[in-house]
Order: sequence, then structure tokens, then C-alpha cells
Amino acid sequence: MAAGPRAASGDGATDLGCGRLSAAWEVLSQVLDPEVPAVSLVELGIVRDLVETADGVEVVLTPTYSGCPATEAIEQQVREALARFGTVTVTMRRAPAWTTDWISDEGREKLRRYGIAPPGPVDAAQGVPIRLVRREKPLACPRCGSTHTEKLSAFGSTACKALHRCLDCREPFEHFKPL
Amino acid sequence: MTTPSIQPGTRADVRYLLRLGDACLVLSHRLSEWCGHAPILEEDLALGNIALDLLGQARALLTRAGQLDGQALDEDQLAFLREERHYLNPVLMELPRGDFAFTQARNLIVASWLLPLWTRLQDSADAEIAAIAAKAVKEVRYHQQHAAEWVVRLGDGSEESTRRMKDALAQLWPYVNELFASDDVDAAAEASGLGPAWSSLKPAWDAAMDEVLAEARLTRPKDTPHVYAGRLGVHSEHMGHMLATMQSLQRAYPGGVW
Repeated sequence: MAAGPRAASGDGATDLGCGRLSAAWEVLSQVLDPEVPAVSLVELGIVRDLVETADGVEVVLTPTYSGCPATEAIEQQVREALARFGTVTVTMRRAPAWTTDWISDEGREKLRRYGIAPPGPVDAAQGVPIRLVRREKPLACPRCGSTHTEKLSAFGSTACKALHRCLDCREPFEHFKPL
Repeated sequence: MTTPSIQPGTRADVRYLLRLGDACLVLSHRLSEWCGHAPILEEDLALGNIALDLLGQARALLTRAGQLDGQALDEDQLAFLREERHYLNPVLMELPRGDFAFTQARNLIVASWLLPLWTRLQDSADAEIAAIAAKAVKEVRYHQQHAAEWVVRLGDGSEESTRRMKDALAQLWPYVNELFASDDVDAAAEASGLGPAWSSLKPAWDAAMDEVLAEARLTRPKDTPHVYAGRLGVHSEHMGHMLATMQSLQRAYPGGVW
């Protein structure tokens, strides 16, 4: 990807000095993803920009997957969370396409603690197809750390996750797939 | 209980986008029919998730086609209020879902076609299409891999699974060459930089299919001469029935939303 997301820390580079943007970033960093309520929208890297407008704020979001059914719910949550900042404009921006590489380190650790194995780095060779018949390296179980695990399904409860299980502690767990 | 049909214009760029958007839309609908019927729960989820990705891609493409068409038609109108002849998906997408082998074989055929197509569309002269493609290309890699694993597992599996996979490929193969047919719509898209001619995708598709079929110890079916014409609006007998189901809600409750 040529361009990365805004710094996930939430320090608005376009802050006009009145602290409103910082406050708005602070609020956004508390809004959890509706389908993965362990990480915030900011930690997921889907808040692309936040700017002050004449009568409120504009939030630029990027979708994770083309058909993610949470997109509308996220937009609604953002509107409600930022209501006290005035008129909230939500803009969707597709390019550059969201990648799991934008999930912050803190977000990854929160995913792991929540029981979801975080995504590894997206293959540096972007554009090279995923091996058609893949011999995958086993993932580490987010609970006990064992790599004695197996994949149960390439698609889990949402498009962004796959289902695995640990053969040592016997717990099933999800994997946030690199995208 | 009827709502007047809408009809997009005949601009080549709109038709090019409708061919792809309708392909995603119609296959998404066929995959959604598996909901509650897949052989195992995990596959129910997988097919539903793949259908969702395709639907999201279709929404974006139909929205863009509606903008270029200039009649202020939105994604819902384009998806649900056209008549059969105005859908431009290849016939392959509308074939009934068949058995599980048929569904996975079709998914592999389609994903192996969409992967090089989305890859090329990332360089579209239309910035919106390029952005849609950059997202979709990541998704279709997972679809292709998933279908490939099933084709290998069934093709190189039990006596029955092998027979079913062979039957599925034999049934599907006559519909494949429509995915690589060229015409003036195609040529215009290539000339304007909107997207590649579909015929140029064939080498990449061949390579991917041959790799999987070899791993599955399956023989590639022989090519057939007839070229179906879904992309010209001429569909199979299955399309009307499918549309009757797919359109019923918008026909009965125009503009209805969840």
C-alpha cells in the first residue's frame, strides 16, 4: 500500500488548537467494532480521517470487506458517539483499500486477549495469489500459546475470521485473517 | 403487486460494468440459497460469507453503473427492477446451485476468472472502479483458495465424491467460454482504459484451473464450441425463475429497506 492510515493514536494532525478534534478522536477510540467488540474502530484502522467542519465534524471511514454487514451499524455508532460535536458527516472512502496491517499493535494484543488470533502481516508479495492448495503454518492458540492447532473452517462467524481449534487445550478459537 | 420495470441505457461502459456487477449479484444469490442447506455448519457460514462479499462487490459496481448511466438509478433499482433481458451476467452464474460439488466447482471457475479480472481492474481509468477492485481482489483470493481446496478434496476423494466432481465439471464446462468471449462492449472498455477485454484473462484462468485439476487428479473436460450469450441478455430457462424469487420483495414493496 502506498499510503497508510492516519496514526491510530488519535492525535489529530489537523487539530485547530481548540482540542475539539483531540476530544473527538478520544471518543472514537472508545467506539468498539460491533462484530469484534474487543477493539475500537480506531485500533482496527478503519477511521481514515477526522476533520472539523463549519458546524461539526466529518469522519472518513473505510470498509473492511465489500459486503461487511456491520458497515451501517458502525456508521450509526459513530454518529451517536460524536453527536455532541455538532453535525456529524460520515464519508466512506474505498481507496486505498483497508488492510489488516493497519490494525494497531495494541489492537492485536486486545484481539489475542479476547481469544482471536491476530492476523500476521499481509504477504509482502501483494498480488501473488494465496497458494491454491495451501499447507498452512499452524497458528498459536490465543489461550495457551500452543502451536498444536488446526483449521476447522476458512470462514468463521464473520467474513474477516476463520475458525481454528487448539489440539492441546481443546478450545476452538477464531483467527482474524490477513487481508 | 407489480412495479414498473426500469431499463438502463446502452452505453458500452455501463454494459461492461453491468456484466460484472450482475455476475457477482447472481452468483451471490445462488450461493445464498445454500443457507441452512450446506452439508456442514462451517460450509453454511463459508458460502454465506462468500455470497456477502460478492453482494458487496455487486452493490458497488451497480451503484457506479447507475451513476454512469445518468438516469439516477440506484443499486436497488438496478438489482431488482430490471427484466430478464436486461441482466448481463454470463449464463454460468444463473445455473441452479446443483449439489455441493457443482457449487464448489463453479466457485473455483468463477473465482479463477474474477481474480485476474479484479487484478487488472485495479488499474482502471475509472478511479471508483479501481478502488472497488483493490478491495475485491483481496477477497476473491480467499474464495479461490477455499473452492480449490474443496475441488481437490472431492476430486481426489471417495468414489462418490470423485464421480460427483467429474459430473460437475462436465456440466459446467460448456458455459466457461462465455467468460472469455469478446465483443464491441469489451473492445470499448479496453480502448477507454475502463477494464480489460475478457479474452485476455484466459491464460491466467487456464493456469489456475490446470494447477487445481492436476492436484485433484481430475482430467480437464474438452472445450465446447457453443458460446452462451447471457452477457448480451439472452439467458437460460433458469433465470426467470430465479429473478421471480430475487425480485419479489422490491416488486411488492418498492423502495422497501430493512
